[in-house]
Amino acid sequence: MRSSGSQFLIVGERTNITGSPKFAKALKAGDWDACLAIARQQVESGANLIDINVDEALIEGEPTMVKFLNLIAAEPEISRVPVMIDSSKWSVLEAGLKCLQGKGIVNSISLKDGEAEFLRRAKLLMRYGAAAVVMAFDEQGQAATRDEKVRICTRAYRLLVNQLGFPPEDIVFDPNILTVATGIEEHNNYAVDFFEATKIIKATLPHAKVSGGVSNVSFSFRGNNPVREAIHAVFLYHAIRAGLDMAIVNAGMLGVYEEIPKDLLERVEDVVLNRRPDSTERLVTFADELKAAASGKIENPESKIQNADAWRSLPVEARLSHALVKGIDTFIETDTEEARLLTAKYPRPLNIIEGPLMDGMRVVGDLFGAGKMFLPQVVKSARVMKKSVAYLTPFMEEEKRLHVAGGGTARAQGRVVMATVKGDVHDIGKNIVGVVLACNNYEVIDLGVMVPCDKILAAARERSADVIGLSGLITPSLDEMVHVAKEMKRTGLNLPLLIGGATTSAAHTAVKVAPEYGEPVVHVLDASRVIGVVSALLNPDSKPAFAAENLGKQNRQRTEFADRRNTRKLLPLAEARARHQPTDWATVDIPKPEFLGTKVFSSDPSFLVTSHTSLVTLAEISDFIDWGPFFSAWELHGRFPDILTDSVVGEEATKLFAEAKTMLARIIAENRYTAKAVIGFWPANAVGDSVEVYADESRSRVIQTFHFLRQQNEKPAGQFQHCLADYIAPKDSGRIDYLGGFAVTSGHGVEEFAKEFEAQHDDYSAIMAKALGDRLAEALAELMHKKVRDFCGYGKTENLEMKDIIREKYRGIRPAPGYPACPDHTEKPPLFALLDAPATTGITLTESNAMFPASSVSGMYFNHPDSKYFAVGKLGKDQIEDYAARKNIPVADAEKWLAPYLDY
Amino acid sequence: MFYPLTAMASTDPHPAPSTEALRALFASRIAILDGAMGTMIQDRQLTEADFRGERFKTHPHDLRGNNDLLSLTRPDVIEAIHLAYFEAGADLVETNTFNSTSISQADYKTEALVAEMNLASAQLARRAADRATAKLGRPCFVAGALGPTNRTASMSPDVNRPDFRAVTFDVLVTAYLEQARALVAGGVDALLVETIFDTLNAKAALFALELLFDETGVRLPVMISVTITDASGRTLSGQTVSAFYNSIRHARPFSIGINCALGGAQMRPYIEELAGLADCFVSCYPNAGLPNAFGGYDESPADMAAVLGDFAAQGWLNLVGGCCGSTPAHIAAIATAVHRSPPRTVPSHASAMRLSGLEPLTIS
Repeated sequence: MRSSGSQFLIVGERTNITGSPKFAKALKAGDWDACLAIARQQVESGANLIDINVDEALIEGEPTMVKFLNLIAAEPEISRVPVMIDSSKWSVLEAGLKCLQGKGIVNSISLKDGEAEFLRRAKLLMRYGAAAVVMAFDEQGQAATRDEKVRICTRAYRLLVNQLGFPPEDIVFDPNILTVATGIEEHNNYAVDFFEATKIIKATLPHAKVSGGVSNVSFSFRGNNPVREAIHAVFLYHAIRAGLDMAIVNAGMLGVYEEIPKDLLERVEDVVLNRRPDSTERLVTFADELKAAASGKIENPESKIQNADAWRSLPVEARLSHALVKGIDTFIETDTEEARLLTAKYPRPLNIIEGPLMDGMRVVGDLFGAGKMFLPQVVKSARVMKKSVAYLTPFMEEEKRLHVAGGGTARAQGRVVMATVKGDVHDIGKNIVGVVLACNNYEVIDLGVMVPCDKILAAARERSADVIGLSGLITPSLDEMVHVAKEMKRTGLNLPLLIGGATTSAAHTAVKVAPEYGEPVVHVLDASRVIGVVSALLNPDSKPAFAAENLGKQNRQRTEFADRRNTRKLLPLAEARARHQPTDWATVDIPKPEFLGTKVFSSDPSFLVTSHTSLVTLAEISDFIDWGPFFSAWELHGRFPDILTDSVVGEEATKLFAEAKTMLARIIAENRYTAKAVIGFWPANAVGDSVEVYADESRSRVIQTFHFLRQQNEKPAGQFQHCLADYIAPKDSGRIDYLGGFAVTSGHGVEEFAKEFEAQHDDYSAIMAKALGDRLAEALAELMHKKVRDFCGYGKTENLEMKDIIREKYRGIRPAPGYPACPDHTEKPPLFALLDAPATTGITLTESNAMFPASSVSGMYFNHPDSKYFAVGKLGKDQIEDYAARKNIPVADAEKWLAPYLDY
Repeated sequence: MFYPLTAMASTDPHPAPSTEALRALFASRIAILDGAMGTMIQDRQLTEADFRGERFKTHPHDLRGNNDLLSLTRPDVIEAIHLAYFEAGADLVETNTFNSTSISQADYKTEALVAEMNLASAQLARRAADRATAKLGRPCFVAGALGPTNRTASMSPDVNRPDFRAVTFDVLVTAYLEQARALVAGGVDALLVETIFDTLNAKAALFALELLFDETGVRLPVMISVTITDASGRTLSGQTVSAFYNSIRHARPFSIGINCALGGAQMRPYIEELAGLADCFVSCYPNAGLPNAFGGYDESPADMAAVLGDFAAQGWLNLVGGCCGSTPAHIAAIATAVHRSPPRTVPSHASAMRLSGLEPLTIS
């Protein structure tokens, strides 16, 4: 995840003798195995570095440090992380530096012994190759106030960077986390001083980092771990927001800010943020109560203190969620079993995984993303999750066995090779995906974490996999995924590739991964989507459509990305034109429409009497509704109809859908809206990037000219610089082509209907009325397009189901002026003139060429077999000048209408 | 050992004149390094008598196989090999000093000769380079080679005593300082810490070089080349390529690369990774394939040229050559193949704290 939560580093403190009695005891006893076990436990709990400190009066520092570091070097599970060598003695630090092959951090150096010695040590660190914790300490002593901290750190920074050339990114300031709530008034602001100093240091000393030893802050509450943990969680929460980059903490024991009971949180924040004079007293009193309540000594019904086990009385789903978020595995099997027995609610064990367990992990993911949980905690959550899944696994296997015994098929539906890519150790999401796949009868070959590319490819080849799935949680994994895609192509693999994990995105997949590989590369947002994706990809019938849809979506994302970034240089117009999409005009199929000129449709029967108008009913139109955008309009995201069963928004979406259907039925029954449409076809030929429309097939009289724009963002080799004019036969081809046009509305009556609801203060229904108006207008455009394809002949044999029509899987396009393929709204007036749209449909254009009523759609029809939607993207000055000349308008006018697309 | 440092910015060593000349070469095209020295010496089938010469007739230990000693006893052979590589297209040759540290020479009881060996090796390579420059009409350079030694500072040779070390950082610093001092005195243009299989050894060498630069007041370009031992993608001491890069970046290397152990084809993913990572020049000099059953190397000049030519076309290379099993014919073929492509452009990276254990931890 790209949040503050993941960039924040945990420095494991348990191998620090001053903070860990257990480590002290083991070290003094010379029990090196125990010392190594503590170090290993820190790394396994998710520490990004481990702090090693052996400063103790009875221990000889230098040889002890050397021996322990040498022992760690022989333990790859420990030595995979960098070391923070921690000592108050320089000789111990230096002895340690001579044992590290990696680059570690030295904790610490300071100005305590004067500038000369400070600089001598810093220079040696540059040569040993280590970063440095620099304490806010000088010749006078330790800085306590904000200004002192900032002053000393600034002085140290200038000496290091300006005088020595020390890399500023290798400086980690420790502005001293001092104990609060000591009863001494001057100490009350210590935490705030730290936050403010951190903020200033981060803002004024470029690239420098800030760290601190957190346990010191709560020292006055020693013996009361729940309160200490709460203080640490609160302190970290605010410190990270102030810019803290890392902290020395016990990686295995971190509280979750979000989980602190509200009453405790308030009192702790009062202390940490120094919000009231009596905050210390209040927290002390509360802490005592809490301790007493936890040990069950007093029963105070007034107190809102949550007994530590109170959550046990919650419903089973809430208990599962709590256990996941808190990382408590004590009751997980009992609770899982209880959920399993609720067969009415969860008929299959898989339902528990997909339901409450995934819900809980989603909460964990959200908290982590928001920086309210840290990796070690997420690791604990994952362990609880794994335990629960492990408990359910035998039941799922039994289910499968019964399925086979009952005559079901045991053959796996397909074989999926999955791996967390090299450099990444995170596998929670991947494991869930694995479970979901396995439960759906896919064979899963899970290669684990940190899997190098060649191993993934070899496994896919040796095991004849059908799909490869890559997962990753950290940013560098994105590049590794790109690398794997490249290698798949280079080595000739042709399996679909799935991309998933918290750091991945549909956009990255579209822009960076997919272009490196010729086969489908699909981003899978979460485990709930994976079955849909894999089954579509492995079914030869559905694969082409799915792949095409995926490709279309990724093309759009790439275009959007290119538009946003516009990092690529624009091609000169002449060169862009040279790279147009070629068509063999001698042979290409150019259908002749059954009619030329216009045809008018209306849902208002009275309208029919007075003109050559055909009837189109609202009921007929409603069959063509694409419900997908309807849900987006309500901020519910997901694909229709899957969204109705989505575990998060499904319930809400289903309710909304039912209400929409009810209102739609009423609109149809009461004929509340009037739909009107006009369509037309005219002989046409392309002349350069413009299209001439003729009065008749003799093509002797031009009645209108449309001017189109061409893509100038350079496309990769093998792709074209598109322009709509490429879809119409050029004049010199000798062939007659036809350009179509349409304007449709279902907007008449929408405003009135919405106003009726607004009058009753029913905004919900008013919005619904408008949203349905929009849907009907789009549906009418779809319906008319179907009629047009039939009029042109090829539609009669296209044989598409409604869902494919709605997904626009047919030949031909209907781009609208003002939209990405022809972004200039001023092409609307000539279209309206050809269609006589104001008279035939009642749609008018505002001065900015917007259509009124709002629920209206207009555009042009292209029948070319290879026509497709694209975005013109950024335009160069050369094209704008050319365009203005073609349209015979001042360049300034063209620039005004196309302002968002100008690349200059 | 205590290192007094007077050093402030004002007394920082000045860059050697060779720095600019090398930079100009690397900017203009992919530079060519020489091929194997050992393979070429083996081809001569030299005898114990050749290795001993007049001077070491009575040396108490066998000397055959101590290739570095030939710089003293058969300088004609070594110089001829250097010249052959320059003529094949090399821009840089490495001095014949891979094992010329007191630590490695102890195997032959010749540790007392280390300073003399390095000086002689540097001088004869220098002479060859100067003659080649005059003859070929293009600048020819010498890189002083500092090998890994035969001991590891971060691993124990004794499985029952994992904390034991056969060599320490301080001993390595002393040995490398002695070697580098003589190489610089002999006139090398750059220093190449190579075939690194334990990063801590390399860090000691880099530390020694800084001490030397303080001593002389002149800073030479520092080139670094690591050995990825097998398909695990790690050094013998367990670091990944990016962890290694993070570990040595403080030395402000002129170039970083990979050599030995693997053939080009096996090196591919690691060179690609390094080319994406490094904010300095990137070098690659693989073996002529993996060793065959007889310890020889089978890849022909055309084989190596095909693989390395592809690396160059991918834009991954600034310096390329050969390691074990490669000959002047290989270097000539490689030079022809890579000269079709422009040199890799050195990327500049956003500032980040780049830490490492066996794996990297990069904090931006």
